[in-house]
Amino acid sequence: MKCTRRSFLKFAGASAVCLTLGQMGFNLEAARAYAGSLKIEGAKEVTTICPFCAVCCQVIAYVRDGKLVATEGDPDFPVNEGALCAKGAALFTMYTSQHRLLKPMYRAPYSDKWEEKDWDWTLNQIARRVKEARDRDIILQNAAGKTVNRFESIFMMGTSHASNEECAVIHQAMRGLGVVYMDHQART
Amino acid sequence: MTNHWIDIKNADAVLIMGSNAAEHHPVCFKWIMKAKDNGAVIMHVDPKFSRTSARSDFHVPLRSGTDIAFLGGMINYIFETESYFKEYLLNYTNASFLVGKGYSFNDGLFSGYNPETRSYDRSVWAFETSADGAPVRDMTLSHERCVFNLLKKHYARYTLKNVSDTTGVSEENLLKVYKVFCATGKPDKAGTILYALGWTQHTVGAQNIRASALIQLLLGNIGVAGGGINALRGEPNVQGSTDHALLYDNLPGYIALPRAKWQTLADFNKDNTPVTALKNSVNWWSNRPKYFASLLKGWFGDEATPENDFCYGLLPKGEDGEDYSYMQIMDKVYHGQMKGGFIFGVNPMNSFPNTNKMRLALDNLDWMVCAELHNSETTDNWRRPGVDPKTRKTEVFLLPSAHRVEKAGTISNSGRWLLWFDKAVEPGGEARSFADIFVPLINRLRDMYRNEGGTLPEPLLKMNWPETFDAEEWARRINGFFWADTQVGDKLYKRGQLVPAFGNLQADGTTSSLNWLYTGSYTEEDGNKSKRRDPSQTPMQAAIGLYPNWSWCWPVNRRILYNRASVDLKGKPYNPQKAVIEWDGVKWVGDVPDGPWPPQADTKNGKLAFIMTKDGYAQLYGPGLKDGPLPEHYEPAETPVAKHPFSRQNSSPVFKFFTSDMDKIAEAADERFPIVLTTYSMTEHWCGGGETRNVPNLLETEPQLYIELSHELAKEKGIRNGDGVIIESIRGRVEAIAMVTVRIRPFTVMGRTIHLVGMPFAYGWTTPDCGDSTNRLTVTACDPNTSIPELKACCVNITRADKLTEIA
Repeated sequence: MKCTRRSFLKFAGASAVCLTLGQMGFNLEAARAYAGSLKIEGAKEVTTICPFCAVCCQVIAYVRDGKLVATEGDPDFPVNEGALCAKGAALFTMYTSQHRLLKPMYRAPYSDKWEEKDWDWTLNQIARRVKEARDRDIILQNAAGKTVNRFESIFMMGTSHASNEECAVIHQAMRGLGVVYMDHQART
Repeated sequence: MTNHWIDIKNADAVLIMGSNAAEHHPVCFKWIMKAKDNGAVIMHVDPKFSRTSARSDFHVPLRSGTDIAFLGGMINYIFETESYFKEYLLNYTNASFLVGKGYSFNDGLFSGYNPETRSYDRSVWAFETSADGAPVRDMTLSHERCVFNLLKKHYARYTLKNVSDTTGVSEENLLKVYKVFCATGKPDKAGTILYALGWTQHTVGAQNIRASALIQLLLGNIGVAGGGINALRGEPNVQGSTDHALLYDNLPGYIALPRAKWQTLADFNKDNTPVTALKNSVNWWSNRPKYFASLLKGWFGDEATPENDFCYGLLPKGEDGEDYSYMQIMDKVYHGQMKGGFIFGVNPMNSFPNTNKMRLALDNLDWMVCAELHNSETTDNWRRPGVDPKTRKTEVFLLPSAHRVEKAGTISNSGRWLLWFDKAVEPGGEARSFADIFVPLINRLRDMYRNEGGTLPEPLLKMNWPETFDAEEWARRINGFFWADTQVGDKLYKRGQLVPAFGNLQADGTTSSLNWLYTGSYTEEDGNKSKRRDPSQTPMQAAIGLYPNWSWCWPVNRRILYNRASVDLKGKPYNPQKAVIEWDGVKWVGDVPDGPWPPQADTKNGKLAFIMTKDGYAQLYGPGLKDGPLPEHYEPAETPVAKHPFSRQNSSPVFKFFTSDMDKIAEAADERFPIVLTTYSMTEHWCGGGETRNVPNLLETEPQLYIELSHELAKEKGIRNGDGVIIESIRGRVEAIAMVTVRIRPFTVMGRTIHLVGMPFAYGWTTPDCGDSTNRLTVTACDPNTSIPELKACCVNITRADKLTEIA
């Protein structure tokens, strides 16, 4: 079998090996009782990745009843070997932060407040703004008469938070619209 | 990174410059410490003493913005002491190439300079070629115009005295670093250079990196274990978002943005497909037409045919020479030339330079769409301090975006490893992933164009676009499909099956791939390789910490780039103890080599080592950059120094700047702003702090904006530790708490004392009483190649404040 650090620990925790460890002088009763009281008991382990720097430490997310109950560094990942920095260690708190945005919000021109809106209304409004600007502003030919199909009056900024698959979606969407003003924090 | 995180442990010398790795990439530092345990010398060259310095063998303080002077001094030292790896230079670099007679360098300016356009005619820097177009070489390295001698002459001016006078580093400290690092010029020694935004965010940013490339090539440190030039990328998927080109000048896979001058695909391919006269040069980019056709096929599917140029005509074409980067975007927004914009997962109203301009600019948009985890200085710009919302027109759509644990997909780490993450839980509230915003948005637009018509509907309607987003499906689209039944070796691939490797991509429309670099990451044979978690390795791979079966890495799972330069002409490793690849007489073993061909000594089938350059040799002399074929010291756009010893050209003759009323740059040595400011991040906050200030325990550990300054400067200004202070540049004013520390020392520059201060930029007004954007001070002057602004150096003054309004 492939033996990773974590599978070894799991294996070592199984009763078949307890005897061996017991013979080595370990009494596992207390540890077992403690493990039984852990908040991750019975939780599903899901592999995720810390969303900050590009060391990309792998993280185990513990999920029970559809809720995130804990996160910790993945000891099997050869790069971080279970370690996380202060930000990575705060992943769980970030998830539970009370400041989190939970609904689409709208600020009307000259308004002094946010209003809650639903997704359907919001996406339709955005699509309408984009189409109006595009139909009006897209440059089909430049001054020299060359075909350019360029939509210069809107821009896309972001984001290195996007997954590769999302980047591919965003790039294709923007070039499809004709957007050339596209950039992100690769360089800030 | 040319190498990868774990590989740092293989180094004999580690030079950390333009980075505070222990603070900003804390977990990678274990590999630096492993190198140290193995006997490597760790050196930190940076304006201030930090957590990185504390763990290094020694710290060398350097005045911000003088890296090329420091590195140029090291190049001169390499020549003076003959520390270069001569065999490597001859066989793997263009040291022996002759440069044409058009090249010259005189008092800070290269030939071809046009002062009116502030630009160079780069054609005069070209190499001398023979009638068939092959470069003319002098293997004796004696010709005065061979690259080796041009380099030697160029950097002869970088004497210890000149470098010390400019950088503020003592001659003793210069020698300390030069000696240790240049000792890796031996065949069996390796030195690595680790850098980050401390190098890129300068008006000479690209040349900072080139200077490090020169050193690494002279010492034979590229391609080897423990070597390389390693950008410690700071953002979560910045490698992937760069590969997939959320950028102004590229399409995915490093294909240029089409321009008006390239009206047809043939026009584009003609100018973007390099041709070499050397039979043993692989010239990999000669494959670019295959990758571009496959990209177009991926975007437009069955609509893309050879007859219609694979829909190339539908793509937007940039104006020739026009810059569409974010600094230009914000300048256009400032001038009211943009109607709307998408700002996703980025907080420019805090992290862009000259934030006062940026904040005022954003008021000019008619509408803005943001997708974020939290409200930020950008989303809420319309209600910023001192502004009456009832006077601001911008309509804002603020979309709640999903957290990493709430979605699935891949990201690419700094070492180019493609890593899959699973969705752990459903998005909080009504949050959505970015893709679950854009896929339905484009579908709504497609419906509108289909039902209502409109201008140029074809690009949207002909797009190969799904009804809903599925990460696995897009991972397959990125890898690419066959669009016709295709025989590969003894295997028949049916239409719709996955392409096994980028060598199988074609220019005839029979294949698609949304990014050729990632072709091979998801195959019929092995499935989704980003999910692989197999730590198995051969003893040879184990010796250098190579995990070829864990995840996958671009290109073709090659973990160390340019690895054909880690062996001699016969394929024997220069360092057998830490071999990356080795030719066993029949095949390569170890890492995936830069191509399967036999070693260079095989005159029939062998290939040159640097497969990505046209002529197969690494480019010591590089005629491609806009500010010169060789790095040269120039002062930052804003500097306390009016004259430096290298030339009369004080700042870069080609750096980019803006001309609005808010884009002021102080004159060199302006007495009102005598102090150098550099900016940085910290472990507890991430970049502009938009996420981390909303995490209570992180905010508690680093609660407010501070400024680090030396005891000497504090005494001069009558400032005590903990005092409130006001920092001013010609562009803005910022409040902070004084942190008087020995971590920053005054510099002696040409006999004069120059003070430097440092500030984090993580704080913004949406978090009450913590301070506001440090970047109100920084300068909108940019590198001419990348348009990256000079966030790491500008000039300020500092005074003690009786009362603070931004910090409680």
